[in-house]
Amino acid sequence: MTTPTAVALEDAKVAFRLGDGRVYTAVEKAHLSVAQGEFVAIVGPTGCGKSTLLNVAAGLLKPAAGSVKIFDQPLAGLNRDAGYLFQADALFPWKTALDNVAIGLEIQGAPRAEALPRAQKWLTSVGLGAFANRYPHMLSGGQRKRVALAQVLIRDPKILLMDEPFGPLDAQTRQVMGNLLLDLWNADRKAVLFVTHDLEEAIALADRVVIMSAGPSSRIIGDWRVTLPRPRDIFEVRLDKEFHALHREIWSVLKDEVMKGYAQSTQAVEAV
Amino acid sequence: MSRVTLLALQVLVAVVCLVLWQFFASVPVFGKILLPPFFFSNPVDVFSQIVKWFSSGVIWKHLGITLTESILAFVIGSAGGVLIGFWFARQPLVAAVFDPYVKMANALPRVVLAPIFALWLGLGIWSKVALGVTLVFFIVFFNVYQGVKEVSRTVLDNGRMLGMSERQLMRHVYWPSALSWMFSSLHTSVGFAVVGAVVGEYLGSAAGLGYLIQQAEGIFDVAGVFAGMFVLSAFVILIDFGVTLVERRLLVWRPTVDGRG
Repeated sequence: MTTPTAVALEDAKVAFRLGDGRVYTAVEKAHLSVAQGEFVAIVGPTGCGKSTLLNVAAGLLKPAAGSVKIFDQPLAGLNRDAGYLFQADALFPWKTALDNVAIGLEIQGAPRAEALPRAQKWLTSVGLGAFANRYPHMLSGGQRKRVALAQVLIRDPKILLMDEPFGPLDAQTRQVMGNLLLDLWNADRKAVLFVTHDLEEAIALADRVVIMSAGPSSRIIGDWRVTLPRPRDIFEVRLDKEFHALHREIWSVLKDEVMKGYAQSTQAVEAV
Repeated sequence: MSRVTLLALQVLVAVVCLVLWQFFASVPVFGKILLPPFFFSNPVDVFSQIVKWFSSGVIWKHLGITLTESILAFVIGSAGGVLIGFWFARQPLVAAVFDPYVKMANALPRVVLAPIFALWLGLGIWSKVALGVTLVFFIVFFNVYQGVKEVSRTVLDNGRMLGMSERQLMRHVYWPSALSWMFSSLHTSVGFAVVGAVVGEYLGSAAGLGYLIQQAEGIFDVAGVFAGMFVLSAFVILIDFGVTLVERRLLVWRPTVDGRG
C-alpha cells in the first residue's frame, strides 16, 4: 500500500531570462516528492533556488522543463490545493487581523457572518484571540506570522508550502513558532514543503530533510529521513542524541555547498 | 510646552502683527506714515469690513458658491483620476501610448485654461469647476496610478495563493492600495480644488470669494481685498481640518497616522 503523493516534481528545471538576454538556470532536474501527511524540509545555501522550487510547486512559476504533479494531476496554473506562507509580510495591511484571516473564507464565497466567527476561532488557536481588531502594523513580527498562519490554515489546504516563514523572526520566537506549527500540523497532518536555510530547524520539524547544492543549476544532492519520535518539542528535540548524529551527518554534506554558495554569491548574479 | 502656552504664543504672534500694522498705518513715524492706508488699509477697517459682510449676510452666498465649486471640482476630479489611474495602471500599453500627452497636459499652467473654460462653459460655476478638475485630476491620477503599480508583489502573490480571482484582487488588493495613495494626497487635492475655484472666480464670475476680492480690487478697496483674503484663509483652514478628520478615520491601518483601530 502506498500513500498518495501530494507533490511530485519530476526533473523540474527552472530558468530565467536575464536582462542581458542570457539564460540563468536556477534549478536543474529537481526530483522531489512529498507524500500525503509528510513534512519535508528543503535546506540549501543562500541563492540555491529552494524558494524557486517552492514557487514551482505553488504554480507561481512554470518549470522550463519537467513536470509538476499535484495528487497525480499535472499542475496547470496556480496550485489550488496549496496554502502558501511567505517569508516577507504578506498580510493585507488595510485589513484587521480578523479580516485578514476571514478573507480566505470570504473569497471562497462564505458569508461574512459565517466567516468571522471561524476566523476568530483560528486567531485564538494561534494565540491571538485578543488581537482581532489590530491592524498588521500594530502587531509584532511574530504575531504577524501567526496571523499569516491562521490566514492560510483557515482554508484547510491539503498542502502547505512555506518559504522560510520564520526567517525574519528572532531565535526564540522562531522556536515558539516552530512548536505552534507542529501542534497545528499534528491535528490533521497536511503535506508540508518547508524551505529554510536553518538545518537545525529543518531536522527538528521535518520527516525528511532534502539538501540542495549551491546555485546556479543547483540540484538535490541528499535526502535524509528523520526518525525522531512525534509529537516533538523543538526545545527538547535539539538535545536528543539522534538529532546530533543526523545534524553532523547532513552538515558534512551541506558545509561544502554553503562554502561554494558564498564563494559564488560574491561573483554570480543573484536571480531570485 | 503645554498646549495653553503654545496657543498663547500663537495668538501673541497675530496680536503683535496686527498691532504693528495698525500702528504704522495710522501713526506717523518721523512725520511719515509708513503704511499708507490707500495701499495697506488697516486692521480695524479690514475687521469692520468682515463684520459687515457677516452681519449683512452677503458673504454666505459667496462662501456657498466657492464651497460648491470646490466640492464639485474635488469629486469630479477625484473620480476621473481614480478611474483613469486604475485603467492606465492595469493596461501598460494604454499608459505608454498616452504618457507624453499626460505629461504635456500636466505641464501646462492651468491658469491659461481659465479663459477657454469661461468661453466654453460661461461665467457660472461650471467654468470654475472645470479649472479645479484639471488641477485635482492629475494629483489623484498620479497617486492612484502609483498606488496600483506599487502593490507589494508578496501581498499580490498571497492574494493569488488564497484563491482570489482577478476581480477579487481588484477589490481586496489594488483598490485599497490605490485609495490609500489617494488619501495620502487628500490635503493637496482638496487645496487645489479651492485654488481652482477661487482663481476661476477671480478671472471672471459673478459670485464667490474670488469675485469678492476681484471686485474690491477693482475699486481700490484694499480693506475689502484683505478682508476677502482673511475669510478665504479661514475657509481653507476649516476645510483642511475637515480633511484631517476624514483622513484619521479612513487611514487607521496606516502606521504613519497616529490614530488607533
